[in-house]
Amino acid sequence: MNATVLEVRDLRTHFGQAKAVDGVSFSVARGEVLGLVGESGSGKSVTGFSIIGLVDPPGTIVGGQIVFDGRDITSSSREEMRALRGRRMAMIFQDPMMTLNPVLRIDTQMIEAVQAHENVSRADARARARDALGMVGIPSPDERLQAYPHQFSGGMRQRVVIAIALLHRPDFIIADEPTTALDVTIQAQILAEMQKLVAQNNTSLIWITHDLAVVSRLADRIAVMYAGRIVESGPVSDVLARPLHPYTAGLIDSVPSRNQRGERLRQIPGMAPSVARLPTGCAFAPRCARADAMCTQAVPLFPAGPREHRCVHPLPELRV
Amino acid sequence: MISSTPVTANIQSSLPGAGGMAPLIELNEISHSFGTRPDLAARLAISLKLANPAARVQAVDGVSLAVRRGEVLGLVGESGCGKSTLGRIVAGIVSPTKGSVSWRGKDMKALPPSERREAKLRVQMIFQNPYASLNPRRKAADIVGEAPRVHGLVDGDLGSFVDEQFRRAGLDPALKHRFPHQFSGGQRQRIGIARALAVQPEFLVCDEAVAALDVSIQAQILNLFMDLRERLNLTYLFISHDLGVVEHISDRVAIMYLGRIVEEAPAEEIFARANHPYTQALLAEVPRIETTKRSFAAIKGELPSPLSPPSGCHFHPRCPHAMPRCRTEAPRLKVVAAGHKSACHLNDANV
Repeated sequence: MNATVLEVRDLRTHFGQAKAVDGVSFSVARGEVLGLVGESGSGKSVTGFSIIGLVDPPGTIVGGQIVFDGRDITSSSREEMRALRGRRMAMIFQDPMMTLNPVLRIDTQMIEAVQAHENVSRADARARARDALGMVGIPSPDERLQAYPHQFSGGMRQRVVIAIALLHRPDFIIADEPTTALDVTIQAQILAEMQKLVAQNNTSLIWITHDLAVVSRLADRIAVMYAGRIVESGPVSDVLARPLHPYTAGLIDSVPSRNQRGERLRQIPGMAPSVARLPTGCAFAPRCARADAMCTQAVPLFPAGPREHRCVHPLPELRV
Repeated sequence: MISSTPVTANIQSSLPGAGGMAPLIELNEISHSFGTRPDLAARLAISLKLANPAARVQAVDGVSLAVRRGEVLGLVGESGCGKSTLGRIVAGIVSPTKGSVSWRGKDMKALPPSERREAKLRVQMIFQNPYASLNPRRKAADIVGEAPRVHGLVDGDLGSFVDEQFRRAGLDPALKHRFPHQFSGGQRQRIGIARALAVQPEFLVCDEAVAALDVSIQAQILNLFMDLRERLNLTYLFISHDLGVVEHISDRVAIMYLGRIVEEAPAEEIFARANHPYTQALLAEVPRIETTKRSFAAIKGELPSPLSPPSGCHFHPRCPHAMPRCRTEAPRLKVVAAGHKSACHLNDANV
């Protein structure tokens, strides 16, 4: 359980002047679910793309290390990454139509995915594909294999994508907001499937989302990103019950169900800074009520037991 | 008009304390379907039994709903349930295939043209996607100022009027000569709000108005909606799939499933004592921040296609309590408690 599958050390992915990811470090153990939380532009997706080696130019990894299963894959060649992707690590995207080819039948796409990594017969590959579809809860998988992506509903399409990601039983999956575009009832179905499958296969999972509620039920640990950095991380129940960083606290307090009905919501003033023009020191300081002169200097990560935070004035452990 | 009177009376009598509060907007048995009109060749083919008539999507199916002055009615449903179509009908953007919309107790269609125009201006809409609902080639000031200028609502200087609208929506008037792409998502939504408020509406239809925004920005916009409601005495139809948001902002909530309202009640009542199995299932799915890890349990199945909705109660294929009767007979909305209506056969005589 406790073997580290993935370790990211001081990852820096920049798009020219824009420091989309700037010094991110975390590790994921076997079978662990890490919730990577942040708002748009916080660098959470770019972190995912960096790990799997799919950062598009002008974005480049300018520093840091990504160690997968004990091996530094930061400078792996395209061929080496391609052998890993899909087989040992997989990514699920927000929009399933981005992953599926609209003019090919599902069976063609799934058989191709199997045969890309394994030397098996078409019939065997097809059987594998059928089993994978059944596993993610698609009814009558044999017939559905012959359908085109547009013949599936949004939720079913996302299940197909998850089935493809699971084809080779990867050690590690990155899921980038895969349920954000879905209805609540369908979202709950997909989350239930994912939870079950990950536990069955002992797969490690990074779940990228802006939705704290989803993370609270799904993840073991949480890392909160703001302006390209992790500002707080730790066991999910600790962080959500007693946030140390004012940004985490602000995010939790902004959720309507955390507020008295009909009262004004406790909002975070202002908006996230552009990652191309970050202030020196804490990037959250301009929006923070606790900020003072100390916050204008670079803030390191402070360890706090099993947790870490990046704030010189962390919130007291007990909050009302 | 005459035929709709009993319906009206029926609705009002079932509302608690509705005596003095006349509805601002009232929908009477509204239905709307989408589909193409067959052309001559298609009609010929159909009449010769060489082709079947094209399927029509029944987006809204016999909905009656009243929104009283000053209240916030939350309209909840999953994608494809017809909630946006209903919102557009209320906003006067879509005219319903069947049924009538009353404004202050008068049928919109029966109003003289000048009054109808006036009534339409009083209802404004705020859209989901602040990237698609603003003309990218016009400056923010023109987007906000156009409608009041065209309708002759500004006596003095249009510039200072627009500044005032900007300030009211929480935007810096100094930014008014910028184009939409120069604003962030939250600011764009504020431009949409300023545009809607510029014609001094009494009623706002918000169609998923905060769905595309980040949590911290969503809180800012929801606060703005609540401030505006108090300051301008606005009435809202707040359409959303997010029950957390709806619970927070609404006085009353209506739940829609495949074109029909299945439950309607005061917000506290519906979140405490949901009656309809669909509402109960929806409430169970609401993701809340929890401090203990939990497994997800989901209702089975998917939203059926509105092209061929299930017979009887539309929810029966997914319902854990479905009986034979649910397959054949559509339940009617009935009063189950004060101000609380639900359309479910389970409420009949404790079967």
